[in-house]
Amino acid sequence: MERLHWVQHRCRQLLAGDSERGWYSAPNGLPNKNFLDRHSSPQRVSGKRRTVFARHGPHQQEYEAASKKYKGNAIRTTKYSLLTFLPMNLFQQFHRAANLYFLFLALLNWVPVVEAFQKEITMIPLVVVLTVIAIKDALEDYRRYLFDKKVNNNVVRVFCSKQKTYVQKCWKDVQVGDFVRLSSNEIIPADLLLLYSSDPRGVCYIETSNLDGETNLKQRQVVSDLPFQGAELTLENFRSRIECENPNNDLSRFRGYMEHPNGVRVGLHNSNLLLRSCTIRNTETVVGIVVYAGHETKAMMNNSGPRYKRSQLEKRLNTDVLWCVVLLIVMCLTAAVGHGLWMKNLKDPIFQVDGETSPALAGFYVFWTMIIVLQVLIPISLYVSIEIVKLGQIYFIHNDLALYNEQLDSRIQCRALNITEDLGQIQYLFSDKTGTLTENKMVFRRCSIFGVEYPHEENARRLEVYEAEKTEAGGRSVTLKSGCSGKSLSCRSLSCNRSSVSLHTLTDEAEEEEEDQLTNHIQRKTSAFCSRVAREVVPDPMLVRKLNWLRSPVLTLSDGSSGTPSSLELTYITDFFLALAMCNSVVVSSPSQPRHQVPEARTPLKSLEEIKLMFQRFSFSPFSTLSPPQIRGSPHSFTSRLFARGKTGSFTFPTPPDNTTGRSEPGLEDQLETSKLDSLSRAEGKDAGGMEEREDGTTENTKMSPDERDYDDELLYEAESPDEAALVHAAQAYRCTLRGRSAESLLVDLPGIGSLVVQLLHILPFDSNRKRMSVVIRHPLSGQVVVYTKGADSVIMDLTETPKGADHAQEIYGHIREQTQKHLDSYARDGLRTLCIAKKVLEEEEYEVWLKRQLLAESSIENREELLLESAQRLETHLTLLGTTGILDRLQEEVPETIEALQRAGIKVWVLTGDKKETAINIAYACKLLRPNDQLLTASCGSKEACAALLQQLRLEVQHGEDSLTTGAGNHGKSSSDCGTGFVLVTDGCTLDWALQEDLKNDFVVLSCKCKAVICCRSTPLQKSQVVQLIRDQLGVMALAVGDGANDVSMIQVADVGIGISGQEGMQAVMSSDFAVSRFKHLRKLLLVHGRWCYSRLANMILYFIYKNVMYVNLLFWYQFFCGFSGSVMTNSWVLIFFNLLFTSVPPLIYGVLDRDTPADTLMELPELYQDTQSSKVYIPSMFWFTVLDAFYQSLVCFFVPYFAYAGSDVGDLSFGSPINASALLIILLHQVIESHTLTWIHVLVLVFSSSFYFGFVLLFSVICVTCSPPTNPLGVETLQMSQPLFYIVCALTTVTALLPRLLFRALHNTLHSSAALKSAQMDKEDSERYRRRMQCWNLKHSPANRVPVCVDNPDLEPNSASVMS
Amino acid sequence: MVKQEKELANRPDNTAYTQQRLPAWQPMLSAGIIIPGFVIIGLAFIGIGVALFVTSQSIQVLELDYTGVEQTSPCFKCTDQTIKNCVCKLDFNIDKLFEGPVFFYYGLSNYFQNQRKYGVSKDDTQLSGDLDNFKTPSDTCLPYRYDSQGKPIVPCGAIANSMFNDTFKLFQIVKGVRKQVPFDGKGIAWWTDYNIKYRNPSVPVLKNAFNGTVKPISWPRPAYELDTSDPANNGFINQDFLVWMRRAALPDFRKLYRRITDGDYAKGLPAGNYSLEIAYNYPVLDFDGRKKVLLSNVSWMGGKNEFLGIAYLVIGSLCIVMSIVMLIVYAKFKFPEED
Repeated sequence: MERLHWVQHRCRQLLAGDSERGWYSAPNGLPNKNFLDRHSSPQRVSGKRRTVFARHGPHQQEYEAASKKYKGNAIRTTKYSLLTFLPMNLFQQFHRAANLYFLFLALLNWVPVVEAFQKEITMIPLVVVLTVIAIKDALEDYRRYLFDKKVNNNVVRVFCSKQKTYVQKCWKDVQVGDFVRLSSNEIIPADLLLLYSSDPRGVCYIETSNLDGETNLKQRQVVSDLPFQGAELTLENFRSRIECENPNNDLSRFRGYMEHPNGVRVGLHNSNLLLRSCTIRNTETVVGIVVYAGHETKAMMNNSGPRYKRSQLEKRLNTDVLWCVVLLIVMCLTAAVGHGLWMKNLKDPIFQVDGETSPALAGFYVFWTMIIVLQVLIPISLYVSIEIVKLGQIYFIHNDLALYNEQLDSRIQCRALNITEDLGQIQYLFSDKTGTLTENKMVFRRCSIFGVEYPHEENARRLEVYEAEKTEAGGRSVTLKSGCSGKSLSCRSLSCNRSSVSLHTLTDEAEEEEEDQLTNHIQRKTSAFCSRVAREVVPDPMLVRKLNWLRSPVLTLSDGSSGTPSSLELTYITDFFLALAMCNSVVVSSPSQPRHQVPEARTPLKSLEEIKLMFQRFSFSPFSTLSPPQIRGSPHSFTSRLFARGKTGSFTFPTPPDNTTGRSEPGLEDQLETSKLDSLSRAEGKDAGGMEEREDGTTENTKMSPDERDYDDELLYEAESPDEAALVHAAQAYRCTLRGRSAESLLVDLPGIGSLVVQLLHILPFDSNRKRMSVVIRHPLSGQVVVYTKGADSVIMDLTETPKGADHAQEIYGHIREQTQKHLDSYARDGLRTLCIAKKVLEEEEYEVWLKRQLLAESSIENREELLLESAQRLETHLTLLGTTGILDRLQEEVPETIEALQRAGIKVWVLTGDKKETAINIAYACKLLRPNDQLLTASCGSKEACAALLQQLRLEVQHGEDSLTTGAGNHGKSSSDCGTGFVLVTDGCTLDWALQEDLKNDFVVLSCKCKAVICCRSTPLQKSQVVQLIRDQLGVMALAVGDGANDVSMIQVADVGIGISGQEGMQAVMSSDFAVSRFKHLRKLLLVHGRWCYSRLANMILYFIYKNVMYVNLLFWYQFFCGFSGSVMTNSWVLIFFNLLFTSVPPLIYGVLDRDTPADTLMELPELYQDTQSSKVYIPSMFWFTVLDAFYQSLVCFFVPYFAYAGSDVGDLSFGSPINASALLIILLHQVIESHTLTWIHVLVLVFSSSFYFGFVLLFSVICVTCSPPTNPLGVETLQMSQPLFYIVCALTTVTALLPRLLFRALHNTLHSSAALKSAQMDKEDSERYRRRMQCWNLKHSPANRVPVCVDNPDLEPNSASVMS
Repeated sequence: MVKQEKELANRPDNTAYTQQRLPAWQPMLSAGIIIPGFVIIGLAFIGIGVALFVTSQSIQVLELDYTGVEQTSPCFKCTDQTIKNCVCKLDFNIDKLFEGPVFFYYGLSNYFQNQRKYGVSKDDTQLSGDLDNFKTPSDTCLPYRYDSQGKPIVPCGAIANSMFNDTFKLFQIVKGVRKQVPFDGKGIAWWTDYNIKYRNPSVPVLKNAFNGTVKPISWPRPAYELDTSDPANNGFINQDFLVWMRRAALPDFRKLYRRITDGDYAKGLPAGNYSLEIAYNYPVLDFDGRKKVLLSNVSWMGGKNEFLGIAYLVIGSLCIVMSIVMLIVYAKFKFPEED
């Protein structure tokens, strides 16, 4: 979890009483020396730590000593400088094998005895490649240099000791230990420790979007207990020593302590650290001391380069390249032996030039000469070409409109540039659920408190209405801001889900009615409605009525009549909503309020006392610690007494009590006024739409007094997870509004009571191990220390327990538990996310004991996390269950269609989720992963042995099921693969743990292979990645993982292709992914169309490339048989080199980028076609050999037709080569025309350009090259040749003969094969649809009851409850 | 609308190009293109083939081997290399008129003018008349760069050194009288070679340019005395030298020696008896080579070549056959599915 949770810590020291001036103004004498003596040694010894002193502070020497090795803030991301560019770049480039090969050839050509061409000619490929790459590198580096320069020269105000003030300095001049002063909206230049904030509460807000793309504000806290706060800064006297970790790249962790001269240590945490490149928001001024600078900042250390993955295809390619090497060696050996024999038979003839060399040695020389001559056989340039082609493919993927999300205005991000073709070979897809399949837009749906269910029917209706609105609005193409959009709703997809009928009670007709009714409002609402879906919850009338009792002036406390809640229940309800409002890390802001500040409290006295009374009388837990007199009095005296009471304990508040109370009186008046205005504006404002009407018509809650609803709507909640926001909004709907938050307190509105300042003692943030979070607060009404915990039901249910005490209470509690569990199950069945809310009241002593340990944990540097976890676990026990909430997370649009298409494409879809089993199963139903006639295999067991047995049993069951299916299918006259039934394995986290162990994993893999889909629920991030790894490695398949959250990161990284959904949960998944899309449905086109295209394009291009090289090189080889294997060529050497480098290099690239073997529409409609590339039918070894064989044939034709045409004539060597070259070019280009599936004007242009380039070049060359290019001077050759009809006669015959077999093959193949595939796929589709329809009818007739999952009732108790569905 | 477009800054362009929807021709998918295509190609090829075949048939070739390996051969005596200036006579007759213009070739077989080291061994700069390279020939000429005394060889290199030096005279025997057939030695080399590539040094007297140089080792006379009959045909622009310097592509080759275009023989060689007088100098036996003389007339397609005509006919017929096969396949697999 890399979430930037802010950890609140308060370390109270007695010294704090000195308020303004603090300890550092104490006369420097004794403490200073002591401090030095005591601490100078450990700081040097510990290599793991970094010690920071103020640069201009009193400890100059220490500063010099400690900071010498720390990097400055100047950054340099360039690789080269002007001087080092050439050597460095060359050095880098020669790390590539391809360039080494070229270099080797070039050097080889400098050896006189093996020299094949002019010396400079073999340098050309090398020089061209090196130059191209060097230019590219230089440009990139220059851009980086400019950027660095810009960043380094940014100006920031840094404290200067001489002038005793802040002076402007460039970022690059900032050093560790400098004090930096920043204002709002400034970017943080280095990692700073926050020492001062203009905010009275010592907080500051930062936006980390530069770092991780999250736009919500994060709160940072001044190092606790610094006396700067609120006072003038006197930094030259800053004497504290900061000890912290060495630079690391963990954004979410910072540990250390600050040691004051008097030896007091203050723990430093992540919440004290301002990270470089984040932006200060909503805070006027902050001051921090630089702890990490430049390249040592966390932001820079996280800056890793682009991802490099080697694709499957490239691995295959390497073996083929090896075959090419073998081929080359064989050819060269042939030439060597041939030359040796030829030499041996010569008896010093007149044309013999070098008669002294022995034949064997001459043969050896020829071997190397031939390697130079035949060098293109090894398709080294193929690697460069592949990279270029992939860039082109990426360009088109990036530009696809179908992968563009209009609402978010975001395209697909291609982060890995070299695995495009892997998209075409995916066999397993591992998907996260929340945020990937679903919207991750949490909407409060229903809740259960005190064992009573509040179904929120009206809420359900509202959600439906919004869906209808959305559909309508979508038609009008409304532009939505990114913050509130991205929620195109799929009501259709959800209404397919039979098991969640209760959720969607509205039929289509009803929806239409709603639409008609709503069309008037849509126009007005479009700007705001989107956020309202999440924000506005229609309260349940029943619950509202009960809450109204709370605010009614007269409490009928002992009344047991119907409709009146018992006061115990009321307490529960109040606590429940308090917990919803407070147990979170939501940051509150409002557009009108620039700064996050807690508005002052005002507490209407009227009903307060009664409430207190009620709380005291009827709480089952000991409420007696607070005596009534303490809460009597004026509002501010109440709060102050609360605060004062706190003071008597072991801690104090940083905000002076008089501060609050002093300002509260005018604030009260102000707010009374504003509330009036608010209510007025509200009445005529945007909410005058249908919402209001409905509320009026159905519930009585709109009769609430206007001052209670005042400026709720202006509050903006910025939550770390959507669940939190949903809950806070839900609480707000019940007038239990979180109004503001500071480090030490929360401002909460309570219905009937008004605003309360709640003292916030601790937040124990959420983590995935505990699966819960807690807040420790001082209860505003009772004054007790209360822990509110919110978390996954499985955890909370275990931690809650029946309170000791009266039988009656126990009975009630048992009942609540039972009922709540029932509701939980039903929520889960409806596909809702459930959270349990619990509370615990702490005795003061108990709290103090815990507090001590907690403080210890917070201030420790070593294994702080473990200690904190332990501490949290100690606190979160003996909880009292309050209730549970059900949050709706809708499916994204087109998810069922996408999953169906992927499954038809032969991709096995697994869902790995942390959710409950029931929720997961329901989502699986909703997204058609699970079909009504599928057999559900549930695996959940408690021990390894049970797990082994279970796996065995399930396998048998599958076996049996398959047998029966085959026999059953036999009756139907169908094979089992045709029918839509299959097995779906559902396993939970524990079982997965066992199944992933060494001795069971094979069983698990075998079992899962037989299943159509697998759903792993309750799985941890680690398990997710383990599952992916297991399947990937054991089955050797291509795996794709898709997820949106930080918990999917490991899975995404392990998979062959990782896809991040850029959604609600930050950017971690995106940052670690290869591709990032915004919706799940984009996968369909990405895989089925782009994946297939990329794969087939690349595979075809590689084959074509190899063909091209083999074909051309063999022409030279055949000539050796007629020139005594001497390594001479019949072509001008420039033409020879350029043939590959220029004349025929672009067509394959175009082929690789633009070819479309099947139209996109067909691929989308017939996902079955994906299986062609999935099983890599295009690029199989036989295809390679087939291609090489064809190349051999063509080269034979291309050489021997001219040979026989010119045999015995007076043809010169270059004249002989001229028709061969020309026809080779024509053959190669036309071969591509035959092989291309599509030809566009670009293809035509490139082909025409290539050929005219060739002919133009050779003609021009043969005119102007008088004495150049010896020994193959081309003067007059081509002009003469091309003026003779024989040239064209030969070229025509050669070209046609060479291409004839390929043409015939392609024609037959296209006529027979491809149409057959298309037809059969179409037939399959029709068949399976017909079959599915019949099966559905059959199911409806025979087993209507079985459609609900059987296993949900008591899944955990039966270790091997393999329930069979359908 | 304007505002909306502004906000969607990231929206990809909706063009046929970026959306990969360019109108495209799907080649070869239909047999409807293939079958007529094959038929057309086939017919065209058969037509060309017939034309080529007929043309080739009309070309007359007369080939006379004079290597002298066989003892019966009149040149057998000359195979002994000790005999200098050996001349042998080869008699032959022509049955019917050998249509002119007749090209007179000499042919060598098993002669590897195309081997790499041989082909490299010349100095193009020297041959273009650069006097500097007269003094110091390019090192590509090795081992024929300097002679044993260290004097530069001009023209240097193996190609020049190995220049063919047999000479021929053709006589028609009319009523027992030998009547020499006039040879035309002009314009047998490439125009570009004669006019551009090879140049004599621009000195008034050609011989002076060769001061301080030696002739190639195998040559009987220096380059400026190659043609004693025509002073203009000497040095590097000697036609025979130019023809020789154009290296043959294949080990069995012929090179144009003279054309018979003048006088009585402009229309061709009439039927009758002829005698070929050969100054036998060039050694070929040490690489099992053969020397021959070829008389041939030429057509628009060059010399006699039966291969091309037959190949065109074969490929053309193959195309026709294939189109029929395709038609059968197409009928069998395609038609039933269309209803």
